[in-house]
Amino acid sequence: MAQDSVGYIQHHLQNLTYGKLDGTWQFAETAQQASDMGFMAIHVDTMAMSLLMGFIFLFLFRRVAVKANEGVPTGLQNFVEVIVEFVQNMVRDTFYGRSALIAPLALTVFMWILLMNSLKWIPIDVIPTLAAAVGIEYFKYVPTADPNATFGISIGVFFLIVFYSIKIKGAGGYVKELSFTPFKHWSLIPFNLFLELLGLFTKPLSLALRLFGNMYAGEVVFILIALLPFYVQWALYGPWAIFHILVIPLQAFIFMVLTIVYLSSAHEESH
Amino acid sequence: MNINLTLIGQLIAFAIFVWFCMKFVWPPITGAMDARQKKIAEGLDAAGRAERDLRLAQEKATEMLRDTKKTALEILDKANKTASEIVEEAKHTARTEGERLIANAKTEIDLEVNRVKEDLRAQVSVLAVAGAEQILGSSVDASAHNQLVEQLAAQL
Repeated sequence: MAQDSVGYIQHHLQNLTYGKLDGTWQFAETAQQASDMGFMAIHVDTMAMSLLMGFIFLFLFRRVAVKANEGVPTGLQNFVEVIVEFVQNMVRDTFYGRSALIAPLALTVFMWILLMNSLKWIPIDVIPTLAAAVGIEYFKYVPTADPNATFGISIGVFFLIVFYSIKIKGAGGYVKELSFTPFKHWSLIPFNLFLELLGLFTKPLSLALRLFGNMYAGEVVFILIALLPFYVQWALYGPWAIFHILVIPLQAFIFMVLTIVYLSSAHEESH
Repeated sequence: MNINLTLIGQLIAFAIFVWFCMKFVWPPITGAMDARQKKIAEGLDAAGRAERDLRLAQEKATEMLRDTKKTALEILDKANKTASEIVEEAKHTARTEGERLIANAKTEIDLEVNRVKEDLRAQVSVLAVAGAEQILGSSVDASAHNQLVEQLAAQL
């Protein structure tokens, strides 16, 4: 039973991996094979679900965008406008520069992560069982419980931080800012650089790990609950799923707000 | 939990989603929202203006009504005054006319009385002469005693 439980947990935490193993591209049949593939592999389940969620987001919002008018909004348009306005206010409160990118970026981050997180509400065995029925061995369907997805987004944000810092302050100005904060003395440049670069690289790392950690841990708890006898599962599954009504939007929100804050500080002239 | 090509895939997907959102989603939606905001603001503005106009119009109407009432009262007053004047005048005219008529009638009566008196006088003189003739048994020359008769008549 113990072995079975471990196997069940490991099975649920294994991505459907397609990669290069011993010179040929193939699906990994075991966790060992998947890790042997190294970097030259792709998590098909993560990609598929995240793309699906991204397309759902863009489809819904594009549909409203096409029909948007200044008349009385109804139905979906109301919903979309509430979210857009919410994001707009967040950006307006936090970000004082002028940029056509920040607000749509924040909206995309928020909605995409929200939708990917919300996949957690699907009972954990439903999709893997369906996948198994059509011969797919592994299917981990919450993309944000895969560090690849969270790092993908946070590294994108990191590139934007660097890009805007250089764009606003100039390459020299940015280097100067990194070298002379917090201590304005030439002898402390190495120390300043160490601090600032550490801070810079911590940003994407914390973004990605916070989201991943929350989602992964939640997932593990769901799996553990699923291991209990069926007649007590509801007592734990219910509260935990309800708790995720808080966790899922909160994590998306935190990711969005920190993205705005980081880009806002990238836009600020040296303090 | 391996880091692999998925990371790059996610990065690309993220970039494309953000680009699409920035290009085709955000501007139309916020544009429509801004336009609506403007429209609502204009609507409220217009409503406020209309309210003010209405209030002014009402004030004007009240004022006009008051003026009109005043004018109407004045006209009525004047009319009443004119009417009473006319009545007074008519009464006055009637009274004068009546007085005049009475005076005429009196004059006529006086004349008639005088005329009758003259007649009577004449007849008395004739009767007196006739009486005297019978008393005297002879005729009295009317022309000879005319003076006497006339004196007699004048005494009547």
